[in-house]
Amino acid sequence: MGGGDIVLEIQDLQLGLNGKFIINGLNLKVNQGEIHGILGENGTGKTTLAYLIMGTNNYKPTGGRIIFEGQDIAGLSISQRAKKGISLAWQEPVRIEGLRVRDYLKLSGKNFGTKQIEHCLEMVGLEPSRYLDRDIDNTLSGGERKRIEMASLLAMRPKLAILDEPASGIDIISLPLILNGIVEMSKQGSSALLITHNEDVVEIAHRVSVLCAGKVLMTGAAAETSHWFKDHCRSCPHINEPAEEVEKS
Amino acid sequence: MIGYSVDKEYQEMLDAYEKAGGDSSALQSKDAARLVIHENKVLSADGVNGIQIETKETKNSVNIDLLVKEGVKIPRPVHLCFGILPQEGRQEIILRLKAEDNSEVNVIAHCIFPNAVKVIHKMDAEIDIGNNAKFSYKETHYHGDFGGIEVIPKARVTLGEKAIYENTFSLAQGCVGKLDFDYEITSGAGSVAELIAKVYGKKDDIIKIAEKVNLNGNSARSLIKTRVVLRDKARAEVIGETYGNAPYARGHVDCIELVNGTEAIARAIPIVSVTNDKAKVTHEAAIGSIDRRQVETLMARGLEENEAVDVIVRGLLR
Repeated sequence: MGGGDIVLEIQDLQLGLNGKFIINGLNLKVNQGEIHGILGENGTGKTTLAYLIMGTNNYKPTGGRIIFEGQDIAGLSISQRAKKGISLAWQEPVRIEGLRVRDYLKLSGKNFGTKQIEHCLEMVGLEPSRYLDRDIDNTLSGGERKRIEMASLLAMRPKLAILDEPASGIDIISLPLILNGIVEMSKQGSSALLITHNEDVVEIAHRVSVLCAGKVLMTGAAAETSHWFKDHCRSCPHINEPAEEVEKS
Repeated sequence: MIGYSVDKEYQEMLDAYEKAGGDSSALQSKDAARLVIHENKVLSADGVNGIQIETKETKNSVNIDLLVKEGVKIPRPVHLCFGILPQEGRQEIILRLKAEDNSEVNVIAHCIFPNAVKVIHKMDAEIDIGNNAKFSYKETHYHGDFGGIEVIPKARVTLGEKAIYENTFSLAQGCVGKLDFDYEITSGAGSVAELIAKVYGKKDDIIKIAEKVNLNGNSARSLIKTRVVLRDKARAEVIGETYGNAPYARGHVDCIELVNGTEAIARAIPIVSVTNDKAKVTHEAAIGSIDRRQVETLMARGLEENEAVDVIVRGLLR
């Protein structure tokens, strides 16, 4: 993995909404080139964490700091964060009528020519000649749209790619292509925050953090943490209310 | 007021046509039928084998008779260029168009009013598409930024059995001014009608779009698709009507109006009616602000907010 410089450091992050903490004292470090898995059940704050880092959904931390390459980015707009090298692939990517795949990918890979754009589509298993001139509208299936989202990240080559549930809605043949794309980005120096509830997906991660009740319960190597997650979280009867001994483990 | 000599008009229309996105060489090619009209003056009118174009200038209008002969499939698009280049003027086109049985033609029209301060552009069309004929018409407007123009296109279209009619109206460059768009289609058995209108309203533009389809033939099908984006103090009213009057007739009305800002006003009135128990007509209309998640998705790729909005609007009106 990238064992180099810390790209992202989150310190004691909090988000309170309607009197409840969705993110509650979350700490996290992601190194350059690292694929860092965030594993958690539904409702544990995974997507909220993604939105806070990207600055979307009008979410602003009520406490703590989000430090990217040494700078607190909490006050930056989405565009400013993107220009610094952060990007997000949503769990359910939007559709934009009239915007062609070709043009969408070129927005991401601003210096890319057609060949490079085509290569990004091929990397996610989409035949360029069939997709470049299609609109990213509701004529695409959910899986196709997700793969195009992944291709747009490949074109953008962000320093930090946040991928929210990259496996959801993806068929069994396409999933390895998506995961290979993430590994390829990592090899080229990008870091990835791989957010998922599926322990199989984080097999490609260098490290994995388990999230519950808006905080990190543990961080470790992928295999070890996945086992821990299966043992403690899959059978847990009180999601978002981690027992004291689990929090300390 | 800018003055224009007759000698310069044709070249200036060609230049304006090119600026508006048209291919001016097509207006000079001998292989393609073409028609260039400035104000109520015909500057060029040429048919090709299978198409007959007759024009007549009157005191207040230009009468055009356009005939596509039976069984003829025109390989290259017919190019029309209508416009007024001075700041003031009036253009009234009276069009009678007939595509005879089994014919096929594709018409590209550019309407150019770059300097309009007090301009009226009016078209009254009677369009008759014969049995098994295919007629495609794409009209793109190029207006200046002042908005001093009234655009009043009205058409009554009759479709024969298994006829295909596609009409795309686009007014997204410059200010609309005042638009009163009124099309009515009467569809024969097995025919297909597609009416698409895309308009970008700005400043004090006033937009009225009325599209009506009478599905009178067995298994006739239609789509009315309208896309309007409004900003500043622009106002729009879109009325999409479809009447299913025959067995197995199928119609759909699809209207999206986006409002960018707090002072623009959008209204959509879909009317769907069925008088035959085997017909089916559906509609969907959405009016609202630009989707925040679409904007954020593009911002997460590095676009500024205004650039993201621009990409979304251009996509919708493409």
